Amino acid sequence: MEKMPHWADVVLIPLISLILAAILSALVILAIGEDPVAAVKLMVTGALGSTYGWGYTLYYATNFMFTGLAVAVAFHARLFNIGGEGQAMLGGLGVALVCLMIPWPHWSLALAAAILGAAAFGALWAAVPAWLQAKRGSHIVITTIMFNFIAAALLNYLLVNVLRPAGSMDPASARFPETVKLPTLHEMLAPIGIEFSRAAPANITLLVAIAACVLVWVLIWRTRLGYEIRAYGHSETGALYAGISPVKITVVAMVISGALAGMMAINNVMGEAERLVMNATEGAGFIGIAVALMGRSHPFGVFLAAILFGFLYQGGAELALWTSIPRELIVVIQALVILFTGALDNMVRMPLEKLFLRMNRGRG
Amino acid sequence: MEFLTIIQVLDSTVRLATPLLLACLAGLFSERAGIFDIGLEGKMLIAAFFSAAVAAVTGSVWLGLLAGIAASLVLSGLHGLASITFRGNQLISGVAINFLAAGLTVLIAQDWFAQGGRTPSLAGAARFAPIELPFASALAGVPVIGPIYSELLSGHSILVYIALLAVPGTWWLLYRTRFGLRLRAVGENPAAVDTAGVSVVGLRFAAVAICGVLCGIAGAYLATALQAGFVKDMTAGRGFIALAALIFAKWRPWHALWACLLFGFLQAIALRYQNIDLGVFVVPVQVMDALPYILTVVILAGFVGKAIPPRAGGEPYVKER
Repeated sequence: MEKMPHWADVVLIPLISLILAAILSALVILAIGEDPVAAVKLMVTGALGSTYGWGYTLYYATNFMFTGLAVAVAFHARLFNIGGEGQAMLGGLGVALVCLMIPWPHWSLALAAAILGAAAFGALWAAVPAWLQAKRGSHIVITTIMFNFIAAALLNYLLVNVLRPAGSMDPASARFPETVKLPTLHEMLAPIGIEFSRAAPANITLLVAIAACVLVWVLIWRTRLGYEIRAYGHSETGALYAGISPVKITVVAMVISGALAGMMAINNVMGEAERLVMNATEGAGFIGIAVALMGRSHPFGVFLAAILFGFLYQGGAELALWTSIPRELIVVIQALVILFTGALDNMVRMPLEKLFLRMNRGRG
Repeated sequence: MEFLTIIQVLDSTVRLATPLLLACLAGLFSERAGIFDIGLEGKMLIAAFFSAAVAAVTGSVWLGLLAGIAASLVLSGLHGLASITFRGNQLISGVAINFLAAGLTVLIAQDWFAQGGRTPSLAGAARFAPIELPFASALAGVPVIGPIYSELLSGHSILVYIALLAVPGTWWLLYRTRFGLRLRAVGENPAAVDTAGVSVVGLRFAAVAICGVLCGIAGAYLATALQAGFVKDMTAGRGFIALAALIFAKWRPWHALWACLLFGFLQAIALRYQNIDLGVFVVPVQVMDALPYILTVVILAGFVGKAIPPRAGGEPYVKER
């Protein structure tokens, strides 16, 4: 059977899935007695209508780029890393330790060290499930889920008992020193004459995230390791026959994945909160799953999907502010995107493949 | 510890283990048939909401229970559609179901009751009342046996006893009936079942439906018996603890009971004591929270006896042509 053209697979299927998810979301909005068109208008003006809105959209998008890339890299090795949430929490711990333990003279040095710290802690949290899968055969999905909960308990313990400054009731670390404050988009864009909102949390981490997208693209499609990861994901026996070690690929792919998820923390912990708080990740690790599925595990797709979800997040917050639609609408949309682009992929794909087959026959 | 304190902790263990047990058995049916289900959490959550909502509106907890089961069955059907009919990724489908439930429950709750994503508090016939076993009050005065009978065994809601009866029920269904044999076979080697002329798709849908019913009861128990009403995210990871218990039990019904009681006990301890002073060192409450997950990782890694899942688990079945 002839396959459909590549562009249909990459563009058409995610697009149709997105439209299906949008239609269902519109029905949900109708069902709770609100106007979907007005809701979309409100979301667009709220998220994209001002530099303030853009600042939040891009801030959320930065988080989702990291977690989306994390899931995508693992997907290439046919590993489902559902533990981005826990890895990002641990990344936050790495960032907090780097920022609190060492008196940095300048934010740029602190940023470099924080990237390393966040990546190392995230990678460590992914390496254990990876090693257990590779060596002991325990299912990585289950272990990464368990590691999310263990991470939450660990952070809870550390914030309450160790990192909390004396005299504070809040389960959070001390505030980071002023010197490690990352430049926001406002500060970065002001010298070139662009007036960007001062209040929005988007910061230089956005550039780090974009760089990560490029680096992941290079890794997956332009290096030997990337080839091995894809080969392993395509066929485990084939890869084994070609002399690729399953243990090595499993562990390396998950370490990269965990490092990427962990790096999210430089955005939310160092860039925004400037201290480590409880539940700092706010589910961004799970949104990475939707982002990677939507973006077809390609870094550019992840980039676009992350901005889409950033828009949904900020738009959803605006909706909750001005209408009776609660923020959870975004969770429903996220679920529908995961459902259509991930689990019900074949439902969209099968009729489309038949359609292309018929068109090809008609032509021939 | 005082004797009565022990009884109280065990009593709370039974109550906290019940939703875990129901969800764990639900997962057992599904996974034994070869369908991984990480959407237990979502199914419990949506059942919790609809049971509480319908009980609040109608004033009848039994109608609530039915509504909860129906809601859970809808999500089960979705999971079946994605993972059996369209041969999608079962894990991704489960993730989607969890989010769908987390979002929809709050959305609908806000629309119906406008109380910030919760249902009104349930009272009277809208809740499952405790059942007094015969002679419970008469025997209460008898030393040792009295408190055990009247405090620990008696005075739970009917769903607790249903959950406990579901254990031998599951065992009997899986190991003593033809349906059970086929269900287990379809999780190990679906091609063989297909060759024998039995519908793989039908069996798997049946298993997923049983899973939905049990998750529905578990959710209804949470919202109408354990607590009086639905609050946002009230399952609080119980679906995943049930999943952990299922692995801990190595996919066997009686072991599932012990695993759920153990994890329920840990929850009861964590609820009652903040930190446990063992004299030598203090066990922080967070260790209690994390212990079910840590134990599961250890068991999965095969350091204490290997947990081997059903062989065809997670694999969609493609009929050869």
